[in-house]
Amino acid sequence: MAMFNKYILTASLFALFSISSLSFADDIQDANKLFKQGQNAQALEKVNAFLATKPKDAQARFLKGLIVNEQGDANGAIRIFTSLTDDYPELPEPYNNLAVLYASQDQYEKAKIALEMAIRTHPSYSTAHENLGDIYAKMASQAYDRALQLDKSNTSTQTKLALIRDLFSKTPRTTKPTAIAAVTETVVTPTAASSSVPVTTPTVSPAATTTKPVAVATAMPAVTAKAEPAVNVSAEVLKATREWAAAWSAQNSDKYLSFYAKDFVTPVGMSRNAWEAQRKERIAKPESIKVEIQDAKAQEQDEKHASVSFKQHYRASHLKSSSNKTLVWIKNDGHWQIAEERSGK
Amino acid sequence: MKLHSFLVLSLLALSSSLAAEEQASRNMEQALAKSLQAVGNNRLDVALNEVDSLLKTHPNFKLAQLVRGDLLMARSKPISDFGAAPNAPRDRVQDLREEANARLHRVQQQQPIAVPKYLWQLNDQQRFAVVVDTSKSTLYLYENVNGEPRYVADYYISVGKKGAAKVSEGDQKTPLGVYFVDEHISSAKLTDFYGPGAYPINYPNEWDKRQGRNGHGIWLHGTPSDTYSRPPRASNGCVVLSNNDFTHLGKNIQVGVTPVIITNHMEWSDEKDATERADLMNSIEKWRSDWESRETETYLTHYARDFSTGSTAFKDFAEQKRKVNSGKTWIKVKLSKLSVFPYPSQQGLVVVNFEQDYESNNLSNRMLKRQYWMKQDGRWKIIYEGSA
Repeated sequence: MAMFNKYILTASLFALFSISSLSFADDIQDANKLFKQGQNAQALEKVNAFLATKPKDAQARFLKGLIVNEQGDANGAIRIFTSLTDDYPELPEPYNNLAVLYASQDQYEKAKIALEMAIRTHPSYSTAHENLGDIYAKMASQAYDRALQLDKSNTSTQTKLALIRDLFSKTPRTTKPTAIAAVTETVVTPTAASSSVPVTTPTVSPAATTTKPVAVATAMPAVTAKAEPAVNVSAEVLKATREWAAAWSAQNSDKYLSFYAKDFVTPVGMSRNAWEAQRKERIAKPESIKVEIQDAKAQEQDEKHASVSFKQHYRASHLKSSSNKTLVWIKNDGHWQIAEERSGK
Repeated sequence: MKLHSFLVLSLLALSSSLAAEEQASRNMEQALAKSLQAVGNNRLDVALNEVDSLLKTHPNFKLAQLVRGDLLMARSKPISDFGAAPNAPRDRVQDLREEANARLHRVQQQQPIAVPKYLWQLNDQQRFAVVVDTSKSTLYLYENVNGEPRYVADYYISVGKKGAAKVSEGDQKTPLGVYFVDEHISSAKLTDFYGPGAYPINYPNEWDKRQGRNGHGIWLHGTPSDTYSRPPRASNGCVVLSNNDFTHLGKNIQVGVTPVIITNHMEWSDEKDATERADLMNSIEKWRSDWESRETETYLTHYARDFSTGSTAFKDFAEQKRKVNSGKTWIKVKLSKLSVFPYPSQQGLVVVNFEQDYESNNLSNRMLKRQYWMKQDGRWKIIYEGSA
């Protein structure tokens, strides 16, 4: 299939399995290895075995779709990706792959709709945007053929539709398994969160601008003394943002909620209590949560008001989403707290 | 013979049996115009919706496909011109650009409220008249309502690749003049290229021949089944309609009866026109009564010096008339089914057709006659006469 020339090979989808169910993860990792080695039959066998115990598993089904397609059964793959979009409508990758498969069958209208769904759930999903551009070009050339009776060979627009190889690939163009860590400027890990600063001292270090939370902790005592005169608001809110993400990743809901100011703007129609209850439930429920913050930028208003905008990559056991987020911070009694949380740009 | 009124409020008087079907073709053109206007207003989403819904019913509408191609392409990359298809043959894009222009003009144009000046008199057999304006890529259909032409519909058409005013075989031009539908050729006898059938017209007519024009096979016909419409200049001289339009038009065509008048500059009936018409009608009546009077020299003053039957010039014609009339003790001439069509592209020329009921002491006959009258030095004269 010449049109799928944007292969995207990351192994990131297996990361969270190492946290949850190791034996299962091994199975599926093996299947993935086999698949990448071109041993499709064996890979399929592994995946099927895995699905026998976890029939709903998104990644296993996703991998199965890829394998089945590679074996030449595009319609089978379409069925698998379609059922994935039914069960996990929030995931953009199955839509994308569905679109690529439809496009390979010249069903551009269906491909277009699938990509639009992918983009609806994830407006910044660049692969879908690129693919949609290709689909439009392809549809355009079909229309031109009809309009001008062109030779088919004459107009075939080169398409570069990308079949997403990994369900939870964060950065679609990434080619190395390690690339996730490399492109993400700041990785907040649960361990970093456990040693987080706010608990230990109310004054925040201006030295905390470095990207590693660990560095913050070590630098702390030294700077405390001269913290008063030169308060670096940006550094403080950036640090607070990372800590907030760390608390979330650690599934420490008390700590997570402590970041929210009393007058935090809860979603419309929701009381503070109801909101807290919902957050607690959602934080506790997944087997694991990993929240990454990328391209964080602080905007200072004054000494006590600032906001931080960033790209948030959220991954839980069966859900992954990326979104743009802005946290509006306010300093209450020496603590930075979240006054408002906005999604989107 | 009463004068017909000059203004016919066609909008209110659409023939009900035709209205719905005619409207379909119009609606489509309007949808296309809407789409193109939306492009102009930078509402590409609206434009695409419009053209998409139009293509649902008419996927073979090539111009709409081209517009759709552009609109989709614009979502993929910036485009700079109409017909941005890579490797697009420029001539075909140009053709479709011209069709877009022609159709846009058609949409912007009001439906006619006046009557073309080429329809001075329809006879009661002629239920409809066809007037083609090659410069507007439009065929107008008029219905004969109690002797008055009433606008029914107009259709987008294609004409000759080299335009209008045919002179010779192979010049790829559409003739201008007053013609009649000669015959109907069913699709069974034709290739798919002609669509649902064809109506040949009588080019070259008597006037054409007199002008030394030649060529043959000028038809009204449809389009191939995979083509909704052809560019404004596409044929070898024929007038080409969309298949739906052709079929609807065909319902109103009477072989040997329906006039097809082709102009490259539509002129509408006006007051001066009415005077001219009355003058000609008087001349025709005078010619008839002078013939009955057997005053042959007076009768012959109606014939021009350059009169010709095509085979006989004035001198011989006059000679023969004198001879025949001298043997008559009485003559009676009745004219019926009179139709009168001023010639487009030729000032002061009129085609007159009638059924002539001739009786005399030693001979009687009935015939369909055609005359060409021309205004010479302020007087209407016959320059051609023959059976029709």
